[in-house]
Amino acid sequence: MATVAQPLASPDIDEHEDPRQFLMHDPLPRGQMNDMVMESMHTTSPIFWVVVIALVLIVLFTLGYEWYVLIMQGQGRAGVTRPDYWGVFLVNTVFWIGISHAGTFISAILRVLKVESRRPFTRAAELMTTFGLVQAGLSIFMHLGRVWLVYWMFPLPNQRTIWPDFHSPLMWDLMAITTYLLCSTMYLFLPLIPDLAMARDRTQGGWLKHFYKILALGFRGTEGEWKNLTTAMNIFAFAIIPVMFSVHTIVSWDFAMATRPGWNSTVFGPYFVVGALHSGMAAVAIVLFLLRSTMLHYKYFIRAEHFNTIGMLMLLVSMAWAYFYFNDYLVPWYGGDVWDKLFQEYAEKGPKAYLWYTMLICNIAVPWLLLWNKKWRETPWLLAIAGILINVGMYLERYIIIPVGVTINRMPFTWRQYEPRIEIPMTIGTFALFLLLYMLASRVIPLIPVWEVQEGQEAHMLRKVGKAHVSTLSDLE
Amino acid sequence: MATELGMPGTNQVEEGPVGVWGMVIDQDLCTGCQACVAACSMENNVAVVGEEDAGYGRYMHWIRIERLWESTEYPKVKMTPFQPMLCQHCHNAPCEPVCPVYASVHSLSQDLNLQVYNRCVGTRYCGNNCPYQVRSFNWLDYQDERIHPELVTLHNHMNPDVTVRRRGVMEKCTFCIQRIHKAEDKAKSEGREIEDGEFTTACAAACPANAITFGRLDDPESEINQRAEANQSRAYHALEEIRTMPRITYLKGGV
Repeated sequence: MATVAQPLASPDIDEHEDPRQFLMHDPLPRGQMNDMVMESMHTTSPIFWVVVIALVLIVLFTLGYEWYVLIMQGQGRAGVTRPDYWGVFLVNTVFWIGISHAGTFISAILRVLKVESRRPFTRAAELMTTFGLVQAGLSIFMHLGRVWLVYWMFPLPNQRTIWPDFHSPLMWDLMAITTYLLCSTMYLFLPLIPDLAMARDRTQGGWLKHFYKILALGFRGTEGEWKNLTTAMNIFAFAIIPVMFSVHTIVSWDFAMATRPGWNSTVFGPYFVVGALHSGMAAVAIVLFLLRSTMLHYKYFIRAEHFNTIGMLMLLVSMAWAYFYFNDYLVPWYGGDVWDKLFQEYAEKGPKAYLWYTMLICNIAVPWLLLWNKKWRETPWLLAIAGILINVGMYLERYIIIPVGVTINRMPFTWRQYEPRIEIPMTIGTFALFLLLYMLASRVIPLIPVWEVQEGQEAHMLRKVGKAHVSTLSDLE
Repeated sequence: MATELGMPGTNQVEEGPVGVWGMVIDQDLCTGCQACVAACSMENNVAVVGEEDAGYGRYMHWIRIERLWESTEYPKVKMTPFQPMLCQHCHNAPCEPVCPVYASVHSLSQDLNLQVYNRCVGTRYCGNNCPYQVRSFNWLDYQDERIHPELVTLHNHMNPDVTVRRRGVMEKCTFCIQRIHKAEDKAKSEGREIEDGEFTTACAAACPANAITFGRLDDPESEINQRAEANQSRAYHALEEIRTMPRITYLKGGV
């Protein structure tokens, strides 16, 4: 059955436009495309290794040496104090979980909704999920006062029969993040199997051959294997969506369940989910820009239409975020609770007010002013800049909620400013580790889901109806 | 009381309230002399954090004297009366359910809110969730002699009945539980109940103005109940509106 679809970002292809500007209408032979992806993995410039070595050194210094100092001397090396018991480490946790949301959103929700322009960048976004969650987990460990006893938070049977306390939102958080990490890693792996098999068949010996051989699980591309794989991916795509929504809701409950003014809010769940998508979409834009400009042949795969899709999503999510933010803001303001009012006044007029204004500009003004124009959305560097600014804004949003927010509590005697100390190098360390993992993965894992692109290209065709070209999509299932 | 110990987790030691402890603090009598702060630190081995860290808010006192400006405009300059702030031993404590490892717990026998130091992993959620901000975190190893060799000369100032806490552990006022235990043991060996006024906490003992009174809440004849009743018009609980049901009754000052 053939369904007429409007599969691409642009609804109609007009006569003067070249349909080959769309990846789905610009097919290449299978073998050539496979070779292009393999070649992009194996072509490495010296700059790549210079950057990798620099990142390794940064990671060793920050997450190695500085963390050692933090563990051996205590949390006093960080800027946390009474009443700011929670500081930048938890900001990082929330931030990285937010980044990790984009991968699932793009690959699960857009897959379920059959948005065709998702095809070439699902893998890049999924990889962000997994590596982002690694940073989030590390940030929680950095935050703990006695991290060497972290296993007491795990439900391990022990002689004293002391179980962790599941009343605590931190336990829900631990469970949610672990579930999400496992699900997203499996969900990264499933669509990767055919590409790993492709890489296996095109690798001559060496440890990589063994690596691909083990991970490809003997995939040969038979009809039955494809059927099983599609079923598994369908199950996961639907199952991971509620997991994705629950994980950031539960992260928000770490704050919303507390008695703190400004935190104890019922809107925090959806607000955090939308905030996560806001920063995640922006991060996808940055990553796509970097991949397109650094990887060989990626200009073929990642095109203006994909930036256009991401740009529209960014604009949409930004509007949703603004709606939730003003809900979170206006309702307590109208309620007139004295502590909520103090909290808001401190954010707007206090010594950290510049953060609040920067956040509003980055999160609302930047996407609303930059992303309404299709020409601008299709400019990769512009989208990358918007992505960076949105991520700055979203980081500040978490910073305002956690260390700035907790400054205001019900005991004015303890009010005090928080200044990050060792948190700064360690935050840089998490960013460096994320980049390092991503760069190393780009040498081993095909970052373009080749089979998905090929599947899409096979299904799409142009038909001439009268004088117009109509893009049609044959139903795949 | 059944005391036979079987396999771990199978011993059923019956526990019940031995006494409910409370405090009355009269803000009219408090002179802000901080004797309670010093006495508490001595009794409970509270670490001295040094000038810089204390200035940054890392003081570890289990009790502090709060005083705020009510109006700073001349000529109506006014300050609030002194308010000693310590753990309120909430009956409905916000710090307890948020601990993932059961380090912040409610004791069954004394009905107190206690911190299990050797169980604490340092998530600091309890400190965040305490509306009174009376939990102190050991940000650094303030009492480690390898780091602070000058502490060697102070060996004998430590109270042997109280644990010395290490870095990464939350701590807070215990209502001098070591004194409660001592009194409980003594009363038990003499086959009687603990009398009100038999012992008192370090802060109450040190208070020269007798602003702090400690005693049994469950005994209507006890001094704290008498005092609270006699000054009913002045009595209030701190942050009553969030319904933590504190054990400490303040008597409003300056009225």
